[in-house]
Amino acid sequence: MIKAETLTKRYGAITAVDELSFTVQQGEVLGFLGPNGAGKTTTMRMLAGFVQPTSGQAEMCGFSVEREPTQAKRCIGYLPEGAPCYDEMTPRDFLGFVASIRGLTGAEKRSRTDNAIDRLNLGSVLNQPVGTLSKGFKRRVGFAQAILHDPPVLILDEPTDGLDPNQKHEVRNLINAMSDDKIIIISTHILEEVAALCNRIIIVSEGKIATDETPDTLIRRSRYHNAVTLQFEPTGQPDQAAAMIGQLAGIDHVETDAATRSITAFPANNALIVTAIADMAREENWPLEQLHLEAGRLDEVFRSVTTPETVQ
Amino acid sequence: MSVVGVILSRELKSYFATPLAYVFSVIFLALTGAFTFYLGGFFERGQADLAPFFSFHPWLYLFLIPAISMRIWAEERQSGRIELLMTLPVTMGQAVIGKFLAAWIFTAVALALTFPIWLTVNYLGDPDNGVVLTGYLGSLLMAGAFLAIGSCISAANKNQVIAFIVTIAICFVFLLSGFPLVLDFFSAWAPQGIVDLVSGLSFLSHFDSLSKGVIDIRDVVYFLAVITAWLFANAIVLELKKAD
Ligand SMILES: Nc1ncnc2c1ncn2[C@@H]1O[C@H](COP(=O)(O)OP(=O)(O)OP(=O)(O)O)[C@@H](O)[C@H]1O
Ligand SMILES: [Mg+2]
Repeated sequence: MIKAETLTKRYGAITAVDELSFTVQQGEVLGFLGPNGAGKTTTMRMLAGFVQPTSGQAEMCGFSVEREPTQAKRCIGYLPEGAPCYDEMTPRDFLGFVASIRGLTGAEKRSRTDNAIDRLNLGSVLNQPVGTLSKGFKRRVGFAQAILHDPPVLILDEPTDGLDPNQKHEVRNLINAMSDDKIIIISTHILEEVAALCNRIIIVSEGKIATDETPDTLIRRSRYHNAVTLQFEPTGQPDQAAAMIGQLAGIDHVETDAATRSITAFPANNALIVTAIADMAREENWPLEQLHLEAGRLDEVFRSVTTPETVQ
Repeated sequence: MSVVGVILSRELKSYFATPLAYVFSVIFLALTGAFTFYLGGFFERGQADLAPFFSFHPWLYLFLIPAISMRIWAEERQSGRIELLMTLPVTMGQAVIGKFLAAWIFTAVALALTFPIWLTVNYLGDPDNGVVLTGYLGSLLMAGAFLAIGSCISAANKNQVIAFIVTIAICFVFLLSGFPLVLDFFSAWAPQGIVDLVSGLSFLSHFDSLSKGVIDIRDVVYFLAVITAWLFANAIVLELKKAD
């Protein structure tokens, strides 16, 4: 279990992290979101024992990060932001070094290292100095270092930054495969990633927790949740359709987008309006390219939660 | 292998993975050779000992050791690798000692490579090899003290050039603290006790007797104490500065 109790970090006049409290249980994959400078990296550094909190404390697997740092660090795999590494070392030497520091020896050291190399597809670059690797490979070396000792807690600061789509996919599969018996905290700016990976999302803004919920409930906050979008063929009459849909029961308002010839109907009070609209489209024989029910848009929720103007 | 051992061996390998080791050894050897044979009047003295050789070590170290020590922590902080190291299950003490020992062993290797000078003096005459050995011991201890100072300064500065210059300045004061240049500065205002204390801190006076073959345990303890004190300060500075 991870416990953060009123974690606070001040840099001079800047309060980077402001009394953050949360606990994370085994099996949770926690997505840590927030605008640039919100305090994600600082929080993760405090959890990993690199930055000393100004006040408050963190606990890892029952060990206080401040009082029993070595035990706490043993149960963490940490990928720092930017994945710093020893440039002159090869991935093989580097992983060997980390394994030795973590107290692995002999056959176990070899099998754990090989396993990490395998899982991150590092086979082709094993003997090339890390400094000469591409950004994505550097990141993967950093990731391999974090999972080497099969830790119960993984703290990953932007793990998929700089990876190509195939590797992103691989890394997501890897995280999914590990998620059952671990605690994983991921910070990222890729919202689709959070939806695909996490079963809990914390959005931080200016060092404070803005929301803490599951992706499903978060997405329901979107004004697009249960909205219906219709896209017309060039022969269609979107404006006319919009006016007709506006008359239906349970519709709050309708927005039209002339450029894409589409209209979006927003329900009042989350009412389910899709059947009524679909029926109307069939009766009126509208020439539609597509009609779909919106689940909600995370980027829009993110914006509304983290920009001060729209916070109620 | 212990954690200190793992850090030490990684560091030591990295010295030899970059040109630093070779450049340093070659320059160190060239300078000790040149100073000993030309400036030191090695042949003209007509004595079979290494006194001229050792007498230049403090001055060579003054510039060469900061060149090694400046990167010990500054580079680590600058590149962000310190975040990696400090989130592994490593204590601050283990990290500081491991890195220091690697640098010290590296210097010891460079020092050992001066053995042709020792061979020469044995070929030409009949030196007291006990004195030579004590001289090497003194030189190594002094190098350790320089390195410990440099390591601490390197932890306080992300900028390697600043670490280099500040280390030279501090080492210079430590070297010369038994001499009028430094003592006059203190004697003008400080009580005699302080002046004596400062003069007792001089690297040169402690190294001098060792290089002449006199093993005074106080000299050995002095250098070890200086190393310990600066490494202790190093750990504290790093604890405060690591995440800045
Ligand atoms: N060492 C430091 N000294 C001074 N201020 C700092 C330091 N580290 C972080 N900060 C400040 O703390 C705040 C939070 O930074 P942090 O790196 O945690 O943000 P983040 O959420 O990770 O942002 P990003 O999405 O850009 O990675 C920022 O205002 C930053 O400038
Ligand atoms: Mg960050």
